[in-house]
Amino acid sequence: MKLQKILKAINGDSIFKAIAVSMASIIFIIMAGVLISLFIDSKMAIDRFGLDFITSNSWNPVTEEFGAASSIFGTLVSTLLAMLIAVPLSLIIALFLVELAPPIISKPVGSAIELLAAIPSIIYGMWGLFVFAPYMSEHVQPFLQSTFGEIPLIGALFSGPPIGIGMLSAGIILALMILPFVSSVMRDIFKMVPSVVKESAHGMGSTTWEVTRKVTMRYGIKGLVGASFLGLGRAIGETMAVTFVIGNRHGISASLFDPSNTIASTLANEFAEASEDIYMSSLIYLGLVLLVMTLIVQIAAQLWVRHINKQMGGGL
Amino acid sequence: MRPRPATGRKALDLFVRLLSSLGAMIGIFFLVWILGEVIQRGAAAINWDFFTQIPPAPGDAGGGVANAIVGTVFMTLIATVLGVPIGMMAGVYLSEYGRKTKFGEFIRFATNVMMGIPSIIVGLFIYAIMVAPMGYFSGWAGGVSLAIIMIPVVARTTEDMLTLVPNSLRESVLALGAPRWKMTIGVVFRAAKSGLITGSLLAVARVSGETAPLLFTALNNVFWPDNLSEPTSNLTVTIFNFAMSPYDDWNQLAWGASLLITFGVLIITILARVIFKEVKTR
Repeated sequence: MKLQKILKAINGDSIFKAIAVSMASIIFIIMAGVLISLFIDSKMAIDRFGLDFITSNSWNPVTEEFGAASSIFGTLVSTLLAMLIAVPLSLIIALFLVELAPPIISKPVGSAIELLAAIPSIIYGMWGLFVFAPYMSEHVQPFLQSTFGEIPLIGALFSGPPIGIGMLSAGIILALMILPFVSSVMRDIFKMVPSVVKESAHGMGSTTWEVTRKVTMRYGIKGLVGASFLGLGRAIGETMAVTFVIGNRHGISASLFDPSNTIASTLANEFAEASEDIYMSSLIYLGLVLLVMTLIVQIAAQLWVRHINKQMGGGL
Repeated sequence: MRPRPATGRKALDLFVRLLSSLGAMIGIFFLVWILGEVIQRGAAAINWDFFTQIPPAPGDAGGGVANAIVGTVFMTLIATVLGVPIGMMAGVYLSEYGRKTKFGEFIRFATNVMMGIPSIIVGLFIYAIMVAPMGYFSGWAGGVSLAIIMIPVVARTTEDMLTLVPNSLRESVLALGAPRWKMTIGVVFRAAKSGLITGSLLAVARVSGETAPLLFTALNNVFWPDNLSEPTSNLTVTIFNFAMSPYDDWNQLAWGASLLITFGVLIITILARVIFKEVKTR
């Protein structure tokens, strides 16, 4: 009787749904698996260094002393630099595409900017190492040094030999890489602002910039923050482009010209050399720190976007 | 209210207009600069040997990256075969069964978060569950790591595309007495066909340029990939290794490989967009 019932329940539909549910579950299982497996594999380093790992600045494979401070510092500073460049730039690009350019110009320009996102990260690395870094060291960095070098405090940011490879170049290249994502989301947000609202401001005699600043941006401010969050999430874990140009030196330095490292670049660079168990475990611990950082950013961004969607009733 | 003079405001407006045009030009300038350098430096390395030979010994001239091309194609194929069906079925769940359910919301959330996990972390994960237990780097592991990157991307685009299919279409199929699975595959999929192809192509484009996960899984190899149970050559890690080497000939090959991968990815991306646009305008 029971068997018959079960057999009856098994038909094309229930099988199809079961497959769909299990494939959907796989996504969550993988995500949980990533967290758990990194946790297990970094157990040795966690036991040995504990949370001091995060604040310790030593990285010495010979004495087997490992700390993540310089990698975390580099990750945060390079991401901050990228955000400082990419967010305002994306904002004015989105403004250009939505409010200023006629469709005949804004369409191809918009597609061209989006193509920046299709270029693989390693290509940014090649270009950064062989083309951009030499250019920085010959032209941009000496200029920055002679302009700002004498100013107290700010001067320290631009001190040291202008070798091109370092934090500044990495930040600029990261900015280029997140630019298309941030600007395309910002463009969508500008488009979501009802034209009636904009037109009424225009009707009062506002200039385009006044409409943008006082109406469009205020209307979409939460969305703009969300767009920046998405860019942040991308920049924080970017590996190859940064590995090529950041110089991969452990150490914290005030100067943006100095070679530095990020969590991702340390992983990419040193994984092959890690023969000792504790070295490998420390690298995976480093990966775990990066994963937790990105999870925090991603979850915050998702909650934020969901909050806006509910408020604005539109898809983002 | 006293009217403010318009001159200052108009000047500011003009300034912002110029600034934002400049912003767009900066974006395009870098695109052209990067592509220009890749074409110029890469074209010098492209010749018949480039596509048919394996890399030369360090310091020797000539040779090519044929083995890496084959390896990249193999691993991208593995990733596609694994990632596209799983991602699509997950997308089917999100769109057809889990649209308003708690579990659906949860999976949607997990998918979005997973799209943001750095690819290098996916590499570490596959290293931990495949490479370390098996004891060797392999092309299989590389393919699987790329598949994991693909799954959430395909799932989300599938969901988006299926959601665009009007419900009246679903209802009319069900009213004819067709079971739900037939409706989904026979009608909803067909209605969303071009969107699904576009989504899958974009996912393929994205993973075929990936490097970071392969560093810990497929590694690299200077010989032909005989079987995928050994470190497998691929274009992106080859670029990384050769670019970091002190040999000019290897640097040259790295530029050639960069040209190849850049245009491969760009062509797939543009193709995907064109397919989608054609159907949208029809």
